[in-house]
Amino acid sequence: MAGTAWRSAVSQVVGALKKESLQPRTFTRGIHTVTLIPGDGIGPEISTAVMKIFEVAKAPIQWEERNVTAIQGPGGKWMIPPDAKESMDRNKIGLKGPLKTPIAAGHPSMNLLLRKTFDLYANVRPCASIEGYQTPYTDVNLVTIRENTEGEYSGIEHVIVDGVVQSIKLITEQASQRIAEYAFEYAKNNQRASVTAVHKANIMRMSDGLFLRTCREAAEKHKDVKFNEMYLDTVCLNMVQDPSQFDVLVMPNLYGDILSDLCAGLIGGLGVTPSGNIGANGVAIFESVHGTAPDIAGKDMANPTALLLSAVMMLRHMGLHGHAQKIETACFDVIRDKKALTKDLGGNSKCSEFTDAICQRVRELV
Amino acid sequence: MAAHTAAMSMSKILHPFLGGRLGNTAKVFGRTLSSHKNKTGNSPPPAKYGGRHTVTLIPGDGIGPELLNHVKEVFRFCCVPVDFEVVHVNSAVETEDDINNAITAIRRNGVALKGNIETKHTMLSFVRWLTFVPSFVPLCLLMSVGLLFISDTTTHLYANVMHCQSLPGVQTRHKNIDIMIIRENTEGEYSNLEHENVSGVVESLKIITRTNSLRIAEYAFQLAREKGRKRVTAVHKANIMKLGDGLFLQCCREVASDYPDLTFDSMIVDNTTMQLVSKPQQFDVMVMPNLYGNVVSNVCAGLVGGPGLVPGANYGRDYAVFETATRNTGKSIAGKNIANPTAMLLASCMMLDHLKLYDYASMIRNAILSTMNETRLHTADLGGQGTTSEVVQSIMRVIQSKGSLTSEL
Repeated sequence: MAGTAWRSAVSQVVGALKKESLQPRTFTRGIHTVTLIPGDGIGPEISTAVMKIFEVAKAPIQWEERNVTAIQGPGGKWMIPPDAKESMDRNKIGLKGPLKTPIAAGHPSMNLLLRKTFDLYANVRPCASIEGYQTPYTDVNLVTIRENTEGEYSGIEHVIVDGVVQSIKLITEQASQRIAEYAFEYAKNNQRASVTAVHKANIMRMSDGLFLRTCREAAEKHKDVKFNEMYLDTVCLNMVQDPSQFDVLVMPNLYGDILSDLCAGLIGGLGVTPSGNIGANGVAIFESVHGTAPDIAGKDMANPTALLLSAVMMLRHMGLHGHAQKIETACFDVIRDKKALTKDLGGNSKCSEFTDAICQRVRELV
Repeated sequence: MAAHTAAMSMSKILHPFLGGRLGNTAKVFGRTLSSHKNKTGNSPPPAKYGGRHTVTLIPGDGIGPELLNHVKEVFRFCCVPVDFEVVHVNSAVETEDDINNAITAIRRNGVALKGNIETKHTMLSFVRWLTFVPSFVPLCLLMSVGLLFISDTTTHLYANVMHCQSLPGVQTRHKNIDIMIIRENTEGEYSNLEHENVSGVVESLKIITRTNSLRIAEYAFQLAREKGRKRVTAVHKANIMKLGDGLFLQCCREVASDYPDLTFDSMIVDNTTMQLVSKPQQFDVMVMPNLYGNVVSNVCAGLVGGPGLVPGANYGRDYAVFETATRNTGKSIAGKNIANPTAMLLASCMMLDHLKLYDYASMIRNAILSTMNETRLHTADLGGQGTTSEVVQSIMRVIQSKGSLTSEL
């Protein structure tokens, strides 16, 4: 603990000396400040659960709650509230609950706004089988890294003539380089053995070809991590037969969307899957990817596992591996014990009971 | 090249016409007219030479040649009235002559059975060729009577159909799967229209048209009704690709209103894959654009036991090509006698159904299923130790034991 404080003090000094144009992260006696966006629906209750567990685990995190609703700035452009933006720019790390996108609200989805505001270019989803939650697939341990800014989701579409629509898939060298670099760095930082690029360059020769080329170039620079490439259809075919053969997967936007949800399905669905979004300038927002579940909001029935595991991912990103391990082990132990599970996990307990069980386990592990 | 071939074909048609051999032309013209009447029920090409059909056979690469030899063996054994016209497509050579020959053969015979051909990154994949090359017969015929027939989309192999069924003898994580996947085969993400305007910025166009979407939706609902299915699910990503997939979804809805006996719903593709790996039994018939079709068909093939078990078919208005559902060449197991012949044999049964040789089709199919289920002679991909030839021999033994007239084993 003292080491962390010393290191953070040194980095603060070094940061000041370097005169970075970015705001240095707020360190108050070794405590990291994190922007918390509770979200809508079940968001607030699962955020409370996570904060409670972190307190019991004595994680050095200070939460700064902000709300994110779309507001119209000067010039009619939709944006997130300036205090939320300022908080995130200052803290760099964020934890977000589910946000609802009202239909026909006139503004783009909040998730899209956040992505554009902070240039969140990489979506990382580690999928590992949870011991206590049985699915037909028991040996999943992979990470999907998805390019989040361009590709098929560029949003550029037009009607050429009546009855003919053209959607543009955009692949740029810069974005591909960025995601490939990140994939290899992630593999190195998390002791992963190999990175697989998923593509369809036999059909989309130029676009996926460019993506593949940049992945190969990045592989050259990181010779200690194994690299191979696989067609999307082969990956899908093998994934449902033997998911244990995959390690880190890097891919463009659409394939990433499909595969990351496929892998989430393998381990039990969006209610237990963590997710992180890495942006430029060191910003990282970790989130739960399930919906707001308005039908059970406020009834103490929600399952905080997804948000909790995302928060654990956040701790690992910040280097607080000890706390991350403790909280994760407690969570998995409680799920394995099956004594206090929420309804979606097959039990009858309330959210608060589940949270308390995890807190109890954390106390035992300290 | 296209103009030259057009001119050549045209002269071939005009010469007999002018020479007074109206009978030949009328037969061709007549066939085109009757094909216009049929929507999805394609009439197979007329049997020639004493009731025997001629089918184009394209061995392909990898395990294709050996599997198709087994198909020939089984057909010979069962005395199926089908003759194969073998056309080799060498994917190692960079020219397109082989492919043109194959396409001409398919056009001539109307039906083909093919092994998988490796797609080099530099050459257009074979199936893409099939879906784009137009038929020049009706074109030139109509040109000869003064009409310029511009659109030739009616001859493309526009529907890829795959039937994924759990086979009781095969160990899989999920049971009781029975899904029909209908995939639009001509447009969507596979339009092959890409350009690099600025170095490092590549645009790839995904085209969705109302005509093709209506066509594939019509095909899907028609097939669902024919096979006695209850529900059709459209798979899309219209929340993000609002115009493109939105148009596809709208077309599906329009067609659904003509089929009140079938339930129609839609699902976003990422949710679909998630549901497929947790509860695949909820799906009945699925229809979708090209890329999602690729993903979903591979996921379903994996769910029922792998690429060695699932046959696939590509249908156009005038042609049909049968192959294994997942287009893997199986290079690594070629020549080792360990490939699973089930997919290719079931594809040949689908072809026999298409040629209206139903009895032969069900005879071979039942033999395959009983070999799979009862005698448990599984190849390596299913976790067994059987060889390809053992499986084929077993199938032929079952057919013989059923008492039908066969040649010597």
